[in-house]
Amino acid sequence: MRRVAALLALALGPVLVLGVLFVLPVTGMVAQGFWIDGRFAPGEVLDVLARPRVHRIAWFTVWSSGVATLVAVLLGLPVAHALHRLRLPGRSILRAAVLVPFVLPTVVVGVAFRTLLGEGGPLDFLGLDGTPIAIVCGLVFFNIAVVVRAVGSAWESLDPRPGEAAAALGATPVQVLRTVTLPALRPAIVGAASVVFLFCATAFGIVLTLGGVRYGTIETEIYLLTTTVFDLRAAAALSVLQIVVVVGLLALSARLRQVPDPTVQRVVARPRAVRRSDGPVLAATAFVLVAVALPILALVAGSFEVGEGWGLGNYRALTSYGDNQALLVPVTAALATSLRTAVDATWMALLVGLLVAAIVTRRSHGVAERRVRSVLDGFFMLPLGVSAVTLGFGFLITLDRPPLDLRDSPLLVPMAQALVALPLVVRTLIPVLAGIDDRQRQAAASLGASPARTLLTVDLPVVWKPMLAAGGFAFAVSLGEFGATSFLARDDNPTLPVVIYRLIGHPGEMNYGMALAASVVLAATTACVMLAVERLRVPSLGAL
Amino acid sequence: MAAGTGETPMLELRDVSVRYGQTLAVDDVTLDLPAGHVLAVLGPSGCGKSTLLRAVAGLEPLTHGTIRADGHDLARVPTHRRGFALMFQDGQLFAHLTVARNVAYALRLRRTPSSRTAARVRELLELVGLIGYDDRLPATLSGGERQRVALARALAVEPRLLLLDEPLSALDATLRERLAGELREILKRAGTTALLVTHDHEEAFALADRLAVMRAGRVVQAGAIDEVWRTPVDEDTALFLGYARVLRGDAALRVLISAGLPGAAAVAVRRSALVVDAAGTLAARVESARVTPDQVRLVVEVDGIGRLDAVAPLDSRVAPGDRVRLRVDVTRLAGLPIVAVR
Repeated sequence: MRRVAALLALALGPVLVLGVLFVLPVTGMVAQGFWIDGRFAPGEVLDVLARPRVHRIAWFTVWSSGVATLVAVLLGLPVAHALHRLRLPGRSILRAAVLVPFVLPTVVVGVAFRTLLGEGGPLDFLGLDGTPIAIVCGLVFFNIAVVVRAVGSAWESLDPRPGEAAAALGATPVQVLRTVTLPALRPAIVGAASVVFLFCATAFGIVLTLGGVRYGTIETEIYLLTTTVFDLRAAAALSVLQIVVVVGLLALSARLRQVPDPTVQRVVARPRAVRRSDGPVLAATAFVLVAVALPILALVAGSFEVGEGWGLGNYRALTSYGDNQALLVPVTAALATSLRTAVDATWMALLVGLLVAAIVTRRSHGVAERRVRSVLDGFFMLPLGVSAVTLGFGFLITLDRPPLDLRDSPLLVPMAQALVALPLVVRTLIPVLAGIDDRQRQAAASLGASPARTLLTVDLPVVWKPMLAAGGFAFAVSLGEFGATSFLARDDNPTLPVVIYRLIGHPGEMNYGMALAASVVLAATTACVMLAVERLRVPSLGAL
Repeated sequence: MAAGTGETPMLELRDVSVRYGQTLAVDDVTLDLPAGHVLAVLGPSGCGKSTLLRAVAGLEPLTHGTIRADGHDLARVPTHRRGFALMFQDGQLFAHLTVARNVAYALRLRRTPSSRTAARVRELLELVGLIGYDDRLPATLSGGERQRVALARALAVEPRLLLLDEPLSALDATLRERLAGELREILKRAGTTALLVTHDHEEAFALADRLAVMRAGRVVQAGAIDEVWRTPVDEDTALFLGYARVLRGDAALRVLISAGLPGAAAVAVRRSALVVDAAGTLAARVESARVTPDQVRLVVEVDGIGRLDAVAPLDSRVAPGDRVRLRVDVTRLAGLPIVAVR
């Protein structure tokens, strides 16, 4: 009983944080839909869901996410094989290159694709600008890294010997792939696919920048309903729909996915030399690498285009307010705001995430304690199931009056971003903390170490690197966060993604050039953070 | 060293070399394996024996040399067309398939009619003593059961050559002994030609009738198993085959003379080569005595030779400090033609 009480006391902090900053806004948002003038009226929600426009949007969300997931998996598998199983020259550089799109802020991805496909872009002749295909391409571009990472790390630690045994029994390479390798990889593939589907279905920045007003998903529709149409009831109804679907998806993927035992030593198979029969795989890999490089190159090239020539004009303009007074603050000021916000969001996400991970992974003594722990575990994963737009909107409508008037607090945006980053931080730290054999702590204690000393000598040496990595992730997520921030950032104090979105929405050639330059700056900053994280070699995306 | 029989050997290795980057894992190996025999390649870990096995299976490209099966060069034959079967140390069953599906794997690849597949699976599970295990998943089996399923899977399509990579060493001692006997019986009954690699001479003796000793990538000795065992070519081979000690010079000569054997540069003796016997020709003082289930194991200081192991029957009463006489058991020592230069 005393242990359960201690556990609850320890959990009180994070529970309170999540309660105020997550449960309250989201329920506030949902309540908007169900209560009208203080009266419970669920029929209104059903009315909203019966609108033809909602059907169209929901169907578009499902099929575009489904197609993007399928394409990402199909393209990702050969790349995962080539980069994790074959002895290719420059393997680590290629791996980092494939990872780049995933760490790019979504708004930057959208801008890059518009530069590539849009008027005057290198691929303008394809006529894809503003079509659903462009949106699907953007989603695939953003998510292919998830497939390569998750499936690649599983493939890398896959014992080659069952496959060899099958070959010795007469299985051709294709038969080995079909009967041995793919079944063994299925948990990783299903896991990656469900995460990709989730990312696609809740994608905001990419769809908003590429779809314009013609194509939208539930996520962008919620945004439009709140910010442009002011139909809060419809927005709330869609949020509820999205929460139900996403939580269902998450539960399904958790069931389908095997959680690997973290205490088992990972064996990394020796990569084998490239053979002639690897031709198709290498061709597919080269195609993906080129396809990934194109939008980025188009973006960078576009940022140096000034009028008819080349130059640094767009970058110099970053200190200005843009054509037609598009901005209230110069881009450089927004960058400073972004960095400050990211620092705040990072420490918040790390503090809460570390507490949560520690609470969830400690060994339970007794049934009651284990139940409390598993309930807490589920509770802390909730932010993963709710879209950033819902969260931002919820903040807006619930945290605006005393005693919780955070509207003007400089910490409002960092808090929202920390919540968005929290599941990633927790998911990075949990496998690490769970991987520490409790007997190590017992051994330290039996040798005379105090609990603090045990923490210092057993836990800390294992955890500090993943903690740095988790901090890096939180920082990068915060830098690129657009969904929640677009609601919460004040016009006179915007973050960089918000400024970029505003620039591409404002007419004026200079504005578009500035958007490209700002995108390059933002992308470079995030990429630097992620490269530093990558050097820590913490398996993180695979654990997602 | 060549095949004992006149016909073409089932498997011929000629000057086979395999190189991993800078290291030569297999160095110029020539071996023959007649059909129906079991050849054990015995060597310490890292001697290249597993690489040799993988090369025969077609999993490692040869740097040099040829491998022939039934007279045909295998250089351009990929693993899955060789008609061999490979059994790993820990079975490597397909975790997502049931026992029956594992065993039937190769049969299904060959599109065998399902009625015949079912009959063959039943037959094989009976052969390895696992009747009724059809629907179990590999994860629910013990180590020994898993190895048996692996064996049944390997035998399913009657491979012309069975390749075994330390098939028993992942098992505990009692299980290993029991399974070794069964495995040998199964191989003999099926008339399977098999190539086995192991670092454990017990495993080699339990399963094989031919032996090749491998060291640093080279085969240092090969032949019928009892022949290799009786006449190891050098000191290291003797020690690896389980001889306890190698004596040289005068000491060797004294032991050989007591045994009534011709002189040699050195002699390898097993623990039980010296037996306490009142009629023995060697005199010694007992230093320590330890009772085991079979006999009393002694350490003795033999006059003019030095400290050696010896045994005494269980009913003899010898204590440290006693003077005893020792007889040399001729079957438990081997004269060595050459002595390693140290």
